Amino acid sequence: MTRRRALTIGSQAIGGLAGAAIILPAVGFAVAPIFHRGKERWEKVGPVGDFVEDTYRQVVFTETEGIGDAGKQTAYIRRSSADLEEEPGKFVAVSNRCAHLGCPVRYVEAAGNFICPCHGGVYDFQGRRIGGPPVRPLDQFQTRVRNGQVEVGPRYSVTNQLDPVRARDPGEFTGGIWEYLYPPRPSTFPAP
Amino acid sequence: MSKLRDAIIPAPLRKVAKPGTTPPKGPAPSDLKTSPPKRQGDLDATLEKAKEAPVETVAWLDQRLGASGFLTGMLFRKVPKGTNWFYTLGSATLFAFIVQATTGVFLAMFYTPSATQAYASISHINNEVPLGQFVHGMHKWGSSVMVILIFLHMGRTFFFGAYKYPRELNWVIGVVLLILTMTMAFTGYLLPFDQRSFWASIVGININGTGPIVGPYLSDFLRAGPELGATTLSRFYAIHMLLVPGAIIALIGAHLYLVVKLGTTAPPWVKAERPKIASPVAELEAGAGNGHVNGHVNGYERADGHDGTGATSA
Repeated sequence: MTRRRALTIGSQAIGGLAGAAIILPAVGFAVAPIFHRGKERWEKVGPVGDFVEDTYRQVVFTETEGIGDAGKQTAYIRRSSADLEEEPGKFVAVSNRCAHLGCPVRYVEAAGNFICPCHGGVYDFQGRRIGGPPVRPLDQFQTRVRNGQVEVGPRYSVTNQLDPVRARDPGEFTGGIWEYLYPPRPSTFPAP
Repeated sequence: MSKLRDAIIPAPLRKVAKPGTTPPKGPAPSDLKTSPPKRQGDLDATLEKAKEAPVETVAWLDQRLGASGFLTGMLFRKVPKGTNWFYTLGSATLFAFIVQATTGVFLAMFYTPSATQAYASISHINNEVPLGQFVHGMHKWGSSVMVILIFLHMGRTFFFGAYKYPRELNWVIGVVLLILTMTMAFTGYLLPFDQRSFWASIVGININGTGPIVGPYLSDFLRAGPELGATTLSRFYAIHMLLVPGAIIALIGAHLYLVVKLGTTAPPWVKAERPKIASPVAELEAGAGNGHVNGHVNGYERADGHDGTGATSA
């Protein structure tokens, strides 16, 4: 190796290090939110007696803080029902975020279904897809009871058999091989 | 044509004629050593000087920039026969971008990229700032104009075959510019932060998320978290007004450089004139006529060669 070649490689290496010292922190700064999980938050949505088995009650709570109304989420909450072979004494909180592309669905009392205004997604009473383009059932929120008050917590997704899995974004299938094609994100909470 | 050129190009920008090619301008002074002619009044001298000022300024700049060769090459380049109005679509797209950049800069003076104040600041621009609604409207409708124009420009390039050798790289740069323009349209849509932009961005981000394996992470990157939040808006704002415009300006520079460097193509219906040299067809017909050679002959005859490539391949 000649002196000229050694100096060329050396100066290029120093230039590369200097470039990396600028680029890497900047890129890390931009992609860091992918790996960051926020604090788990639980919010009171009403006394236990407000909720019944055979219909939903709509509640609005804050999922993302600091952005006012835009950070609010709507959930439909009811008591778990023995007729539907659910574990008794629990509360079911169904997210109104459509599993197709995230539009807000509405519970229609007369039909007993959730209906999405955007592209015609329809879900049954438990949130299973029964029509339209959605790829999986509606998401749910964890629930618990503290001092006679129902509280809702982190979001999770469910498979077509309503088995809980880690939260996925709308449009992503759940269960089976889809658990690998749409890998769980580090920014979400583990499924209950 | 050369007269028009002389009228437009200031003297210092003209190409200097080679010595001996221009006829002498009148008789030479009988005695070069005599003192210069006596000056007229002070006013006349000043006026005379003032007339020369623009030319001297340009000459001063050109001595230091050396840009005259480049500028004459760029502004007075030859274009092929048949060049028509379709060839202005690229310039029209550039103009739309300049409109977007200019109005965007002034909108940024009043806009607040905060989730709680963005909507109010847009209302303020529309309802209270003088001409605010007009400038906002130009930016809003101009974005659609730019997207429409860039697609028409791409269509012109495609249907005229202008993406072929040696212009493939310019096509690739153009595709990147198209993607960046769509990125601008997508990120700009969220900024007013009303119901429409909020839900449109949620749907758009979720469409990004449906890509297998990388999709979920791409969504988290765009939102800066698992849900659309306060940082999503500032992130979109930074992408919209800092990251992508810089890339677009740089790539437009490269795009234009290649246009000037390579020239433009003639429309496909303009046939090249036959070369005036001895016909190779006749020469080949005189020689052995096997199929291979015939293929070449046909290739030569069919080559429209409007940019000279067809002829070289024969």
